[in-house]
Amino acid sequence: MPNLRPSSSPDSATDMAWSTAAEIAAAVAAGTTTATAVVDQALARVAKLNPILNAFTAVTAARAQSRASAIDSARDKSKLPLAGVPFAVKNLFDVAGIVTTAGSKINRGNASADRDCPLIERLEAAGAILVGALNMGEYAYDFTGENVHDGPSRNPHDRSRMTGGSSGGSGGAVAGGMVPFALGSDTNGSIRVPSSLCGIFGLKPTYGRLTRARTFPFVFSLDHLGPFARSVRDLALTYDAMQGPAEGDAACAERPVEPVTQELDRGTSGLRIATAAGYFRKGAFPEAIEALEGIAKALNVKEKVEFPEAARARAAAYLITATEGAALHLDRLRARPADFDPAVRDRLLAGAMVPSALVVKAQVFRRWYRERILELFEHVDAILAPATPCTAPKIGQTAFVLDGQEVPVRPNLGIYTQPISFIGLPVVAVPVPLKPLPIGVQIIAPPWREDIALRVAHALEQMGIVAASRPTGLEGEKLREHTS
Amino acid sequence: MADPLDDFIDAAARALSLPLKEDWKPAVKANLDVTLKYAAFVAEFELPDDAEPAPVFKS
Repeated sequence: MPNLRPSSSPDSATDMAWSTAAEIAAAVAAGTTTATAVVDQALARVAKLNPILNAFTAVTAARAQSRASAIDSARDKSKLPLAGVPFAVKNLFDVAGIVTTAGSKINRGNASADRDCPLIERLEAAGAILVGALNMGEYAYDFTGENVHDGPSRNPHDRSRMTGGSSGGSGGAVAGGMVPFALGSDTNGSIRVPSSLCGIFGLKPTYGRLTRARTFPFVFSLDHLGPFARSVRDLALTYDAMQGPAEGDAACAERPVEPVTQELDRGTSGLRIATAAGYFRKGAFPEAIEALEGIAKALNVKEKVEFPEAARARAAAYLITATEGAALHLDRLRARPADFDPAVRDRLLAGAMVPSALVVKAQVFRRWYRERILELFEHVDAILAPATPCTAPKIGQTAFVLDGQEVPVRPNLGIYTQPISFIGLPVVAVPVPLKPLPIGVQIIAPPWREDIALRVAHALEQMGIVAASRPTGLEGEKLREHTS
Repeated sequence: MADPLDDFIDAAARALSLPLKEDWKPAVKANLDVTLKYAAFVAEFELPDDAEPAPVFKS
C-alpha cells in the first residue's frame, strides 16, 4: 500500500524534506535542531527544485533567516505549535515588501504590500516562517496550474503533468518537499484539485471561517482560503493557528476559535458516513472510482446519498464565477485587455455580458440548494466524493473524454468540487497513493464541522489508506530547464 | 441568417465600453454561449417568488 514517510525526527544532519510540520516543530522545541537549520535546508531545496517544479515566484530568504534567528533565541519555543516550520503562500496573499501579483502581469505594476495578511501574521505568531510566494493560475480563474506569464507549475510526481490549479505552486511546493505546508485559495476547487493531482492533503474550510483580509479576491460569493500539507495533523495545526474573526473582513464569520487538533484521535466511531452517488459518479475515470471505493470499503461505508440538482449547482457556480469575476476585473478589461491571459480575458468578457437577472436567479437557486443539502446532513455526518475525475493530465492538454463526450480540461477538472464549495461546505481532500499517479477523494462535512472531515481523514491516514507519497526522481535530479 | 448572439456581443461590447478585437470574438462567443446555457439551466428551475437569494444584507 502507500509509501509512508520516514518517521525519524529531523535534526540538522537529517533530510527534512519529508518531515511534517509537527515533527519539525517538536524537534525545534526540543533543541535537536534549530529553526535556522530547518530554514536553510528549505531554502536550499527551493533553490534546487524550483527550476524543475516552477512552484515559487518569489523567495523571501532574508526575512526567513531573520525570523529563524529570532525563533532560535526565543525562550518559549515549546509554546509555539509551529516553531521553525517553513511555509509559503499562493501569490494572492499580501506579503510585506513584495507585490501581490495574483498570477497576473497587470498587478506587477502595483505597489508592494505594506504588511502581511492576517493569516500569515497568525501563522508566524505560532512560530511558522514564511519562505516565499507561489505560482498560480492568473487571477485564480483556473484548474490547471498553468500560467502564461510565469510558466506552468509542474507536478512533482511527473513533471510533464499538471499540478492542478489554480493553487498550482502550493500543490507542487508541498508535494515536492520544498515546504511542509502552504496556503492556497479555493473558489470552485482550487485547493482540492491540486491536492488531488499532486497527492497531498488539503483543507477547504467552511465559507467565512478563515479571514480573506489583505488577499487578492476573485469571487466574493465563493472565495475560501486554506492549507495544504502532507499530513492531516499538519492541516489541523495550521488551521487552528489561522482561525478567528478579523476586523475589516465582511465575509469572515464572528465565530470563536474552535480548535480541531485535539479532536483528531477520536476516530470515526459514531459517525454516519455515506458516499455521493449519481452526479458524482458520472464521468469519473476508473482511478477516481477505485480511490473512492477503496476509502468507502476501509470505512465500511454502505450508504449512498444523492445531492439533489448537483449539475444545476455546478452550473450556477459557473455563472456566479464568470459574472462576479467580470465585475471585479471590469476596469482592467477596459484598460489593459491585451495584458490578460487570453483564456482568462475571454471568459471574463463573456461574463461581463451576462444579464444580471440570470445571476440573481443563480443566487436564489443557491439558497434553495443549501437547504436541501442541509437536510441530507440530518441523516449523515460526512459524505465521500471524488475530488477530480482523473489523475493529473499532461501540461498543455486541452480536452479529455468525460461520460463519452470530449470536453475542455480547464473547466471540467472541477466538476466534483464546484457543487460543494458553491454552498461553502468544509472539505478535506485526501490523497490515495495509486500508481503511477495519486488522486484525491473529498470528505465533506456540514457547515462549521471541519473537525468531522479531519477526524475521518486522520482515521484513514492511520489505516494507511491515504498518504502523501514521496515523488520518485526528484532526489538528486540534475538541474535542468523545462520549456513551457 | 446572422446569429443573434453575434449581434448581442457586438451590442454589449459597445454599450459597456468593452474592448473586443475581431479575433477575440470566437472565444468570447463560445464562452458566452456556454455561460448562457448554464444560466438557462439554472433559470428553468422553478422556485417561488419569495425565494431569497443566498447573500442577504444585514444592517
